[in-house]
Amino acid sequence: MDYETQMRSPIERQRGIIDFTLSSLMRRKVKNVGLLCLYALIVFILASAIFFTSSIKKEASLILRGTPEIIVQKMAAGRHDLFPLRDMEAVKNVRGVAAVEGRLWGYYFDDRLGANYTLIVPPAARSSAEPSEARPLFWFNAAALEPGTIVIGEGVARVGKLSKGDSIAFTAYDGSTIDLKVADTLSSKSELVSSDLILIGEEDFRKLFDIGKDYATDITVEVKNPREIPTVASKITRVLPDTRPIVRDEILRTYDSIFNWRGGMMIVILSAAILAFVIFAWDKASGLSAEERQEIGILKAVGWETSDVILMKFWEGAIVSLTAYFAGVILAYVHVFLTGSLIFEPALKGWSVLYPHFSLTPFISAEQLITLFFLTVVPYTIATIVPTWRAAIIDPDAAMRQTGE
Amino acid sequence: MIELINVKKVFNAGRPSEFTALGGISLNIEDRKVTVLKGPSGSGKTTLLCIIGCMSRPTAGRVRLDGREISGLPERFLTDIRRKGFGFIFQVPNLIRGMSVLENVMLPAYPLGEPHARLKERAIRGLNDFHVSTKATSKVEWLSGGEAQRVAIVRALINDPDVIIADEPTAHLDTHLSYLFMEIVENFKKEGKTVIIASHDPLVCESRIVDSVINMRDGRIEGESS
Amino acid sequence: MRKSSFFLCSLAVEVVVLGLLLTHASFHREAMREGIEEKAAMVRSLGLTDLCLFTDARYTRNLSQADLFSAFQDNPLSLDHFPSGSFTTPPIWIMRRR
Repeated sequence: MDYETQMRSPIERQRGIIDFTLSSLMRRKVKNVGLLCLYALIVFILASAIFFTSSIKKEASLILRGTPEIIVQKMAAGRHDLFPLRDMEAVKNVRGVAAVEGRLWGYYFDDRLGANYTLIVPPAARSSAEPSEARPLFWFNAAALEPGTIVIGEGVARVGKLSKGDSIAFTAYDGSTIDLKVADTLSSKSELVSSDLILIGEEDFRKLFDIGKDYATDITVEVKNPREIPTVASKITRVLPDTRPIVRDEILRTYDSIFNWRGGMMIVILSAAILAFVIFAWDKASGLSAEERQEIGILKAVGWETSDVILMKFWEGAIVSLTAYFAGVILAYVHVFLTGSLIFEPALKGWSVLYPHFSLTPFISAEQLITLFFLTVVPYTIATIVPTWRAAIIDPDAAMRQTGE
Repeated sequence: MIELINVKKVFNAGRPSEFTALGGISLNIEDRKVTVLKGPSGSGKTTLLCIIGCMSRPTAGRVRLDGREISGLPERFLTDIRRKGFGFIFQVPNLIRGMSVLENVMLPAYPLGEPHARLKERAIRGLNDFHVSTKATSKVEWLSGGEAQRVAIVRALINDPDVIIADEPTAHLDTHLSYLFMEIVENFKKEGKTVIIASHDPLVCESRIVDSVINMRDGRIEGESS
Repeated sequence: MRKSSFFLCSLAVEVVVLGLLLTHASFHREAMREGIEEKAAMVRSLGLTDLCLFTDARYTRNLSQADLFSAFQDNPLSLDHFPSGSFTTPPIWIMRRR
């Protein structure tokens, strides 16, 4: 028996047992391949959801850093109202405030296409104050936005099949039609923030919606010392009790908790995945079939140790779950970052006619992959091993017993 | 040399279903001989084989293998002794369904970590010796009864054991196949292996190659004949 | 081919593919940094507050600007009928200030 002492190798042992396990799994090819596919599908859905939401969150946190420090909304009867510009003085006088500016923006529903646009009057002061920010890619120039012209987002251009030089007929507050000419489009790279935007001149905006010269939609407040933002915000509510300040930090946190697991669809996806997994685990943990027991008896009778049987069951769980895990994660990556979340799209689109086309930046971390691993591979493998434990310690003579006297 | 000293085996001890399968057996089994345990069903033959083959432990008494006491060893050591020292032939072939003949034969050696190519070569050689190598890639459920038993024998021999233990090996074989089996046993003996057979088949017990027959009844030895 | 070799090879292939995708991710992140900067610059200069994810309702278009009532679409009997509304949570400050 020299070969045993010389050539014994732990790797060969593992491989031998993997060989056996695979043969054993291939006996119920349809069942096990089906199981593998279902398992991979669950991993795929979970991984897609994780990739999608965490990338959006990460990107939001990077992009929205430049959002106004404080936005003050005027409230009337519990609803947003136009902000009277005469109140701006009171805000300006609050200690710590550096600058106050009125914003003009609103929504326009396009009857013909059924699409919602967001109309914004670009703040002239700011774009001229930071000329370096005006990158050619999303060229617009507040000064160049002459009356009668607009700059549209890529999504608006797509839905309305518009390009430079075309014009859109807007229905004004009094039913009259105002034709505005497309002076330019915003870059498609910026669709995640600009898809439905229409940049419009102040004159045209006020004419369209009949907003008087002394009103704005809301105001933005610049603070001298960013650490004082919360203090300034609470001072503003004291000076103007019928207003509501929204600070930048809250906006960022809103996006940090977007797609929270408690969100409706998320809980549906999650519970479906968990339910499916529980069915698997139940199927496994509800015990071994008589046939499986007999097989374990034979294995023990021909010289397998308890640990060999458990190792075999470990591989049975690990083969299925590792294969499914990697396949699911790879497919999810392709799905979210290469096909633009094709499967999620119908749900994400909802009823909106104008759906932004954006490709997500792949912010994926080892942490996400490890979390997913511990959510799927580990419990499945354990669920495979646990019921075997009892069967594996049966005496090897069981194989003799069922046949002999 | 296998020595049994006052070996007892009680099943379901302390429960109403308590049952004494072996009631104090003392026995010496010599190396390189064919020993037959003879007795009716329920006489304790299989239980005794299990104890000799390190498959189960006696409730009381001692078992010595080549002078080394093995009855008190933990499972791991027993398994190690069993898979290297003993080859088992069961009443039914006990092959694992849905797998190929070759895989079934290689099965006992998987946990030992022998290089695959070598193991496969030995398995094929073993199948050749028993004229079933043409079936190597077939699934075991396609084998005839005689083929299945020969495959089971090849499997029992894969780790080159010194002792062959057979439990009612001819119970499901016709006369012709039973004679063939006894020829195989004769070859074992020639190769210097110890063979222990539990059987009440006269064809086995009265065979000329059997060195000693131990008569058992109700878990005790009734007499020994050579 | 031996079955375990097949399994180990296919597992290795999967790991390699995943590794390549992760490499792709890091390159892609670099490549998209410019785009992110561009978007951030646009947010700064236009004073934007939100991502354009869902354009179907004003409380989903400008998530952070929504108020307590817009989630009911001005009618307390109108339950959220926009699918996008069920993906997202209300702005965080609404929950806190209540």
